[in-house]
Amino acid sequence: MAKAGLPVFKPSLTGFVVPLVAALGAVFGFLWGLSMGNGTLGIVLGAVLGAAIAYVLPTAVPVKKTGVLGVAILIGVLGFFLGGAGGAFAGVIIGAVVGNAAYWLATGDYRAGLPPYASSNQVLWHHFFRIGICGFIFFFLIAPIITIIPLSFNAENFFTFTKKMLTLDPEGYSLKHYRDFMTNPDWQLALKNSFMIAPFATILATSFGTLAAIGLSQSHVPFRRAIMAVLISPMIVPLIISAAGMYFFYSRIGLQGTFIGVVLAHAALGTPFVIITVTATLVGFDRSLTRAAANMGADPVTTFFRVQMPLIIPGVVSGALFAFITSFDEVVVVLFLGSAAQKTLPWQMFTGLREQISPTILAVATIMVGISIVLLTVLEMLRRRSERLRGLSPA
Amino acid sequence: MSDPATAAVTATTPAREEVLTTHDGQPLKKSLARALRREKMRALMLVAPLLIFILITFIFPIGDMLFRSVENNIVGDTLPGTVRALQNWDSLSGEAPGETVFAAFADDMMVAQEEKTHTRLGSRLNYDQPGISSLFRKSGRRIAKMDNEAQVEAFKAANPLWGEAAGWQALRNSDAWPDALPATAISWANFSRFVESDKRGKVDPANEVPYSFTFAALDEDLKAMPPETLQSLASSSNADVAAMFGSLQGKVADIPPSTYKEQFLQVDMDWGLVENWATIKRLSPEFTDGYFLAAVDAERRADGVHMKPENERLYIMLFWRTILMSVMITVSCILLGYPIAYLLANLPVRTSNMLMILVLLPFWTSLLVRTSAWKVLLQQQGVINDVLVWIGLIDDTNRLVMINNMTGTIIAMTHILLPFMILPLFSVMKTISPSYVRAAKSMGATDWTTFWRIYFPNTVPGIGAGSILVFILAIGYYITPELVGGTSGVFISNRIAYHISSSLNWGLAAALGSILLILVLGLYWLYDRIVGIDNVKLG
Amino acid sequence: MKIKNMLMSTAAAMVALGATAVTVQSADELPACDNCANSMTLVSWGGAYQNSQVKAYAEPYKALTGVDIVWEEASNEAVAKLRAMKEANNLTWDLVDVVASDAIRLCDEGLAREMDADTELAAAPDGTPASEDFGDLMVSDCFIPQIVYSTTFGYRTDVEAWNGKTPTNICDVFDTETFPGKRSLEKRPINNMEWALICDGVAKEDVYDVLSTPEGVDKALAKLDTIKDDVVWWSAGAETPQLLADGEVVIGSTYNGRLFSVIEEQKQPVAMLWDAQVFDLDGWIVPTGLPEDRLNRVLHFLKFATDTQRLADQAKYISYGPARKSSAPLVGKHADLGIEMAPHMPTDPANAKNTFLYNYEWWADNRDDLDAKFQAWLAK
Repeated sequence: MAKAGLPVFKPSLTGFVVPLVAALGAVFGFLWGLSMGNGTLGIVLGAVLGAAIAYVLPTAVPVKKTGVLGVAILIGVLGFFLGGAGGAFAGVIIGAVVGNAAYWLATGDYRAGLPPYASSNQVLWHHFFRIGICGFIFFFLIAPIITIIPLSFNAENFFTFTKKMLTLDPEGYSLKHYRDFMTNPDWQLALKNSFMIAPFATILATSFGTLAAIGLSQSHVPFRRAIMAVLISPMIVPLIISAAGMYFFYSRIGLQGTFIGVVLAHAALGTPFVIITVTATLVGFDRSLTRAAANMGADPVTTFFRVQMPLIIPGVVSGALFAFITSFDEVVVVLFLGSAAQKTLPWQMFTGLREQISPTILAVATIMVGISIVLLTVLEMLRRRSERLRGLSPA
Repeated sequence: MSDPATAAVTATTPAREEVLTTHDGQPLKKSLARALRREKMRALMLVAPLLIFILITFIFPIGDMLFRSVENNIVGDTLPGTVRALQNWDSLSGEAPGETVFAAFADDMMVAQEEKTHTRLGSRLNYDQPGISSLFRKSGRRIAKMDNEAQVEAFKAANPLWGEAAGWQALRNSDAWPDALPATAISWANFSRFVESDKRGKVDPANEVPYSFTFAALDEDLKAMPPETLQSLASSSNADVAAMFGSLQGKVADIPPSTYKEQFLQVDMDWGLVENWATIKRLSPEFTDGYFLAAVDAERRADGVHMKPENERLYIMLFWRTILMSVMITVSCILLGYPIAYLLANLPVRTSNMLMILVLLPFWTSLLVRTSAWKVLLQQQGVINDVLVWIGLIDDTNRLVMINNMTGTIIAMTHILLPFMILPLFSVMKTISPSYVRAAKSMGATDWTTFWRIYFPNTVPGIGAGSILVFILAIGYYITPELVGGTSGVFISNRIAYHISSSLNWGLAAALGSILLILVLGLYWLYDRIVGIDNVKLG
Repeated sequence: MKIKNMLMSTAAAMVALGATAVTVQSADELPACDNCANSMTLVSWGGAYQNSQVKAYAEPYKALTGVDIVWEEASNEAVAKLRAMKEANNLTWDLVDVVASDAIRLCDEGLAREMDADTELAAAPDGTPASEDFGDLMVSDCFIPQIVYSTTFGYRTDVEAWNGKTPTNICDVFDTETFPGKRSLEKRPINNMEWALICDGVAKEDVYDVLSTPEGVDKALAKLDTIKDDVVWWSAGAETPQLLADGEVVIGSTYNGRLFSVIEEQKQPVAMLWDAQVFDLDGWIVPTGLPEDRLNRVLHFLKFATDTQRLADQAKYISYGPARKSSAPLVGKHADLGIEMAPHMPTDPANAKNTFLYNYEWWADNRDDLDAKFQAWLAK
């Protein structure tokens, strides 16, 4: 809907809306046609259908929701007759997209948010930038991760979508790769190790890192820059070099191939993240709070736990999450430092990828994406909490 | 107890002269200085645990690696006598060394063979001199059978004490040991090691007569000795020693020479090659620049440093390729990251937070998950090719090769590192005030001029920060190139890993690693100058 | 070549005796193990090969003794890791499966324990001492051979572009005109250089002489250059089978046992090209410096796992020839598939018409040098 107060812009129906929607329809029709074996016929039918929708819909059905729903159902039913369950699914999506596009164009909504004086070229560029360029990049970012999720439910040992999967035939899907993951002793050992090593490394990294960050945030720290450079270095030095150095050195002192060796190495790699996140929260920390506490008779320990800690805790926890994920995802160092008894999930995935790529890897990958989403959510919640808390303190 | 800093605030009114004091009578200046010192100490105490932890678990290992890249004590440790004897041999003379060197070498080899270090030395020397490894292996098998009986008998004939442990004990306790008999002393040390290893500490070498190799060393010492020294030895305060050397006076020339050179040449004629000995001599110092030279495709020959032959040059090219590919990845990240950061910075907060998840999810997803995803997508029988064939853009027989080459590495790594570009860009763009753009436009600038002259210059710091971050991360990557890089898409890291776990040339691995480390530290320094390490932000 | 003659006679004996059932004493009565550790870490190659070891040695042993066996897949890095362990004085491995060349190297460096075959290993059922039963295959004092394997080629049988022709000769690998498509070769000079020279007209017996000269190396690399654009380079044995099964390559080199499982177990349209296969050996080494109880356990296991019956049993799961002469007649049918295993052995006379034995000594000397040249060539 165009905003009130601005002249309502009505684009030409036959000269603008119908050809564009018809073109969109043709693209979908082409893809559909290909899967049925005749692309050209698909183009023609898609274009006709698109044109019809664009012509009829905005004028005959003024309520957008009803119209889009109607088109989605219509094409969904059509899809069901042409391609079963999978066809119906695809049809509903195509219908919703085409229906929305028709309304968006016909009502002039596509100019919303742009100044009314924008030329048509500017409008075109605006949408091309958002939908074409940014859409493509977001697709590039997210598609690889999304693709592996359905593939992990593949009933076959292939790495690509089977015909049965595309038609949403239940037989094309199975949990067998997950079953393999749950029963295979190699994967189970790796899972156990990952959940043993990461927490220990996290505890070490977080406790040392938090203390150091508090130390570094004091107003007078000798050699601050140099110390900071040393403490951040594990994040900057390429992993292969860290791994090589640790391999040589830990061999000399008998830590190569031990659980402790891997934990220490991972803790070292995780500390820079803790320092960075905790320092960031301390930057916004109001020093007069500790002074006030001291003034009212609290000793430094009490001040730390009762005043400082609650305020920096979001930074500490997000640092811990970073340290956890660093250890949990780390593969190069563990490949060199560890022996079979310490193999972690990424280790097992790496050897699996290099040796024999079985779809079990995709099942594990999906599970790990799930873990990432959980961590990401927790982190986002912490960030909000931190902002809220800091909003309370006079800055 | 109140904070000294706050205590100082409650300073009493100025007393005698102008010295401010605190309520306990201390001058304020002093009190403040103490408070400051205490604060510094406290800060350091808080930092210390982590600093020590990082030093031990991280910095020392890196230092150890740097050390490995120049360390070369294997030759000196394994062949102590040979190294000494070779000092008098000129590798440019064009002739193989003489019997002295071979006798010392036989002695060293006997011990090395017993301690099983000779093949390791052979493998080490083989990096510089192909073929020497089997010489060591072969000779190690034959060394115990080498013979020096004629010489031993000649000594025993001169005085039976030479064949008795008591005689040798007396000799070792005399003043002449070890200065007058340097080669013999080295050989005796070898013999002790040999007995130690052979009899597993059950026999004390002090109660033994040394093996025949030591007699060759003794012979050499005697022949190199001025007559006066022998004279003084023969008049030693110890009767046994005096008798042993007295019996040799005037007979030194009659002792038959040892024949180790001949015997080694019988094992393999290649022991007569100058190059083999030149290699041993060249590598005998405790430190070497050889690994660093090899890491830049150079080598040290008898007449100085040269580049390796064209067909063996590898590392400079790999370094260049690593840098070039990292630049390409950085540029792709800028091209793809800039629009996204721009969009996110200019959308309403609610929408941009939603879209930010699309950036953060890959950031938080395991590197291996993303690499496996690309492997699945990019294969010739993979999803992308399948789709392209299905649409009809390419023919089934001409599927695109997008993996196991540079393309694969660049695509996958751009995807993996893109969030590291978007996040710093976003935080910079967030701070650019929209009024600049509006002002420019209101003064009649076109969209392009506004962007290029006004907006873009403001984002340059973000591009700089993101680029250095991405570049530093890219240049040291190992996992992704290993899995999707094939042969043309691998980085220097992959070669380092290869030398650590397959070819076992740890010195070269360390040298390559050191060069890469220097490169990265240089960039790190640059990053610190431009952005400041403290300003690294995560998510 | 001695080893080759020995392999041939083994194969001949196998054919002569066929699958005649020979009864061997059952393994129920294992001697007791005094002062022995209760667990072991075994190192092997992973995949189907390790699986065959688990089935033929580890599971029966566990059933008899209850000892826990942990497997580690690290044989490709055995030398590096053993060196590191020695330096750290922290030996976590008890028994390591390595190829012969690595065994020689480990033995030379004192990282592997020398074995007394006749007292520490079981004699053949007819009383022949172990040293004679293994014969020339004991290429090092520390090495207890298990199997004879070969590196050879597999090709897809459904390539339309080949117009019905199938490769029969090693040089067909280099013929991209008649046999277009991607090939997979191992990412190292060993074997590839020899094959290239043979296909460049060098006689088999002259290969190493030619390769010892710089011109010979250039010649081999020039030959490889002709197919370089069509090659996918592998570094793990399982890659070629996977690539062949996926259709990513049409012909590729790998170990014959890996190809067997693609062809016979996974029923993929792949066939073997045995021409110019390269024989090699694989077996156990015991690391030096094991504590008494762990060493006792390992020796107890080794005596069991390398006896005549166990080696023959392994051939039920994978198509590698057992290293003992006395095991040959006992090789029977595949455990699951029920097919005769003898014709799938690399040593079977029909497969071994043209074989090549690679020269351990020569490669030990020239590996570093050639590898540098090969990698430089690869990277170009």
